Parts: sequence; structure tokens; C-alpha cells
Amino acid sequence: MTKNPLRSRPTEWLVTAPSFLWLLLFFAIPAVIVLAFTFHGHTANGGVGDWSLSTWRELVDPDYPAIVWNTLRLSFEVTVWCIVLALPCAYAIARMNKRWRAIVAGSIMLPFWTSFVVRVFAWKTMLHPDGWLQACYLTFLQVREWLFDWLPGFLQNALVFVGFASRAPVDPASSTILDSEAAVVLVSVYSFLPFAIMPIYTAAEKFDFALLEAARDLGAKSFYAFRKIFVPGIRQGIVSAVLMVFIPAIGSYVIPQMLGGTNCILIGNKIFMRAMQNRNIPHASALATLMAVSVLVPLALAMWWKARQNARDRRRLEAETARLTVTQGGAA
Amino acid sequence: MKRSFFSVAVLALVLAFLYVPILLVVVYGFIPNGVSMSFFDSSGRFMGFTAKWYGQIFGGAASVRALLQSFWLSLTIAALATLVSCVIGTTAALALHRWKGRLQQIHHALVYTPLIMPDILIGISLLMLFVACKVDCGFWTILIAHVTFCVSYVVMTVLARLQDFDDRIVEAAYDLGAGPWFTFFHVELPILLPGIVAGGLLAFTLSIDDVVITSFVNGAGTNTFPTYVSSMTKHSRNLPAVFALSTLMLLFTCVLVGLSKLIAGHPRVSRR
Repeated sequence: MTKNPLRSRPTEWLVTAPSFLWLLLFFAIPAVIVLAFTFHGHTANGGVGDWSLSTWRELVDPDYPAIVWNTLRLSFEVTVWCIVLALPCAYAIARMNKRWRAIVAGSIMLPFWTSFVVRVFAWKTMLHPDGWLQACYLTFLQVREWLFDWLPGFLQNALVFVGFASRAPVDPASSTILDSEAAVVLVSVYSFLPFAIMPIYTAAEKFDFALLEAARDLGAKSFYAFRKIFVPGIRQGIVSAVLMVFIPAIGSYVIPQMLGGTNCILIGNKIFMRAMQNRNIPHASALATLMAVSVLVPLALAMWWKARQNARDRRRLEAETARLTVTQGGAA
Repeated sequence: MKRSFFSVAVLALVLAFLYVPILLVVVYGFIPNGVSMSFFDSSGRFMGFTAKWYGQIFGGAASVRALLQSFWLSLTIAALATLVSCVIGTTAALALHRWKGRLQQIHHALVYTPLIMPDILIGISLLMLFVACKVDCGFWTILIAHVTFCVSYVVMTVLARLQDFDDRIVEAAYDLGAGPWFTFFHVELPILLPGIVAGGLLAFTLSIDDVVITSFVNGAGTNTFPTYVSSMTKHSRNLPAVFALSTLMLLFTCVLVGLSKLIAGHPRVSRR
């Protein structure tokens, strides 16, 4: 075989250079600048001051931890809704015949052909206080209040403590769905749901449905088989789906800005406010750093979990191989 | 085989949930009153549908001039960003596929990290770069930002295509006396073209739809279609024009996709 001159060292540098330099200059270096800015103070005229730790000290301002907590809680809520809805959808699509599968999977992604902002605006118009969704929302609130009253006291306290419920009675006059947290959750689920369905569906497509039938033949109820056989069988897809929803939800800023009003301010909004309106560059940088950490931690956890699963599978395979070798040796 | 009624019912509801807003985008384009965004007048009488917003768009009326301008800017930026990111993305995919050294490990990390970072972090970090370098934001900063977040998607798509690529073809070309440039343009590029086109389409869609990153780096007065729409307040009088324009875009994409399906499904093309 002749030596390929394309594989030479200078050629490697030449072919790598455009993307490498571009991303170094416009992705890696900016990230370092953001980190550096967090160790600066800010000046009154919107500039960046001298090196100091004042920004990190100001970050304990009671506003910020609450906002970070709210962002995490809301992202969690959106992720749970997306996964709960995506699981039966992916299951239903994977059980269709090939032709229908292509049509339905395609139509899940079709809404992306219209502009995201325009779709959010359509929601904003739909959620108008005179609209029918407002009436649905009030009913929902009343049902939730009724369920809450029915819960034991310690659970009520826990829910109030983490911010999932409040003790104030529902007031139809002041409870509008527009400019509420519920609107943000609803439209976030709407926007991210296709990204949850797709990875789960891809995993479900490879799943051997004969296993479910076998479980049923052995007497398992449908839901039990779904929970004990199907869900573990597609766990890789579920992990990707969680990441595909959770990460953009943490970074979400357009939806809370357009539909949450002043009642739902997340890290993204605060970053935008600090960077563009108050011109407090160091504070915006520090919040961005916090956000990057909240994204990287679940990501690292997922990777650790995957590595552990792979190691366990490998160990199991090795043990099985060893056992087979021993039995075969004994037979011979 | 037992069919699960429950899962099919959930799927139907989810599809309705995904499609109702799209349907309403089309319907809202015919709303007569752009202030109250309602088909009914103050006494609750139905006012009917109107095509006046479509008339304004096609007539280039003054009230929708800024909207149309932002739309053309979006198209320009999306086209340029697609072009640049396709070139850079293809070279990146070739490098990642061909070499496996230390340099490519760092390169790989550089290409993949933007994919997992929320948009807003890319936006704010670019803004910080422009602040630190004292660059005025405008057309060029938007273009740079769009190329930055599109490149990684192009690399992914082209790399997927390279996975099925038989490297012996390149070696055969060399053995037959072809030079590196000739081999690239006559052997590798034609094989990679479907991957590049797919990556380019993805880049175009992402660029034309981006609002988060653009809103950080657009500077004062430069608006793409998404940032212009998101800056329209509740009291904007021509919101239906936005919905009408979106309906036209949707129609255009549907026709385009329909045509491509028709061409791809044509017996003479698919036989080749």
C-alpha cells in the first residue's frame, strides 16, 4: 500500500485549522473571558472594573439563590412531564408498522418548520385571559387545591417548602395563566417534547417486543410489564431524553420572558437583564458560570452512570464466558 | 398482537397538543383586529376573516416594512452562515475522521461542547468577547455567532456520512496518480455531498430560527426576524402580519419538502 500523502502532519494542521481556530477564538476563549470577568468588580457606567472578589460575594444576594433554585425546580418539572408523555408516545410509534412509523415520527418533528418565536406568540395569544385555556387553568388550580387539602400535613409542608405548592386559596380574579409559572411549564413542555420523544423512540425501535409478550404469557399485567421490562430496556434512550430536555430547560429564557412576566424569572432572564439592561457584565458572567455548572453536573452524572452500566455489563459477560468455559471443560 | 389503547390515545393527544398552535398561527393570520387579537368586535359580533395582512406583505406596506427587512436580514445571515459553516464543518469532519492523535482529541472536544451548552451561554460568552475586544455589535457579529453554533451540527452530519465511507477509494485514487486536490474534489466531495447538504439544511434551519444567541450579539437596531418578532410588544398593531408571514413560510417549506419527496420518489431518480 502506498503511503497516503494526505495523512502527513502538515496536512493535518491545514485541514484542522479552520474549525479549530474558529471554535478556539469564538467558543473556548470567550468562555475563559466569562470566567475571568467573574473575578472583576463592575463600574457605575457599565464597564468592567478591577480584579476583585466582590462579584462572587454579591452573588449571595437573596435574589440569586432563589432564582437558581426556581430554575432547577422548573427544569425538573418540565423534564418529568416530557418523559411521562414521551414514554407512551414512543411506545405507540415503535409498535406501528414501518410506513406509519415514518409518517408519525416525521410529523412529531414537523412543528419545527414554523419559527419558534412565532409559536410562542401563538401560545401567548391562546393564553389570553378571556380565552378558554384560562377557564381550564382555573379548574386545574381548584382540583390541585382540593388534592392538596387531602394530603397529610407533613407532605403539605414539604411541597410548600420546595415551592411546588402554596397555602393561599385560589383567587379566580388574580390567577391568570398568562404571566404565571404554569404557562412557562406548559409551553416549555410543548417546545421540548419532540426532543424527548425522538431519543426514546429510537431506543424503543430496537427493543424486542417479544419480551413483553413473554412477560404477559407468564402472567404479568400490561402496566407491570411496561414498567419492569420496557422501561429498563430503553433506559439509554430515557437518559438522552432527560438531557435533551433538562439542559435547554435550564438555559431557557425566551419562554419565561414572553409568558412568565414578572412572576417567573429564571437564570436565563437574569443573565439577559444583567448583561443587556443593567450593564453589569461581571454579575451576568457569574450567573452564566453558575448555569454552566448546573448543566455540567447532571451531564457528568449521566456519563458516570453510563460508564458504570457498561462496566457492569462487561463484568457480567466475562463471568458468563468464564462459567461456560468451565462447564464445557468439564463436559470434555 | 395486543395493541395498547392507552399509549395510542396519549400519542393522539400529544399530536393534537403539538399541532393546535401551528393551526392557530394560520388562523391568526386572518384576524381583522390586530390590537385585541380577536375575531369579535367589542359588542361580541363576529367580524369575519380578512386577507389585509397578506395584502400588506405583498404590497410592501410601510407598516410591515421593518418586519420584511428583518426577514430579509434573517435569510441573508442564514444563507451566509450555512455557506461558511458547511466549509469549516466539512474540513473539521475530514480531520476528525482521518487523524486520531492528541490534536484531534482536543478538536473533538471543541466541536462537541457547543452542542451540549445551552444557547444562552454561547450568546453571553460571545457578547463578553465582543465587549472585551470593544467590537460594535451588528451584522458581522451576528454572522460570527451563527457560524459558531452551526459548525458543530454540520460536523456531526458529515461525520455520520463518513462512517460508511470506504477509505480505500481515496487510496485507490492515489495509486492511480491523482493529487490531493483532485482526489478531494472528484472523489471525496461527491460522496460526502448528501451529508454536507443535510448538515447545511440543519444549519440553515437553526440559523433562521435562532433568537437567544442573536439577541445578545445583534447590537442596537439590527434585528433578525425572530428578534424583531420577540421585541414586538403586546400593543403591537400588526401581530397578525407576523402570523401571515409565518403561514407563507410554512407553505413554502411544505411545497419545497413535497417537491423534494416527489423528485426523490420519482422512478427515474430513485433507480440511479
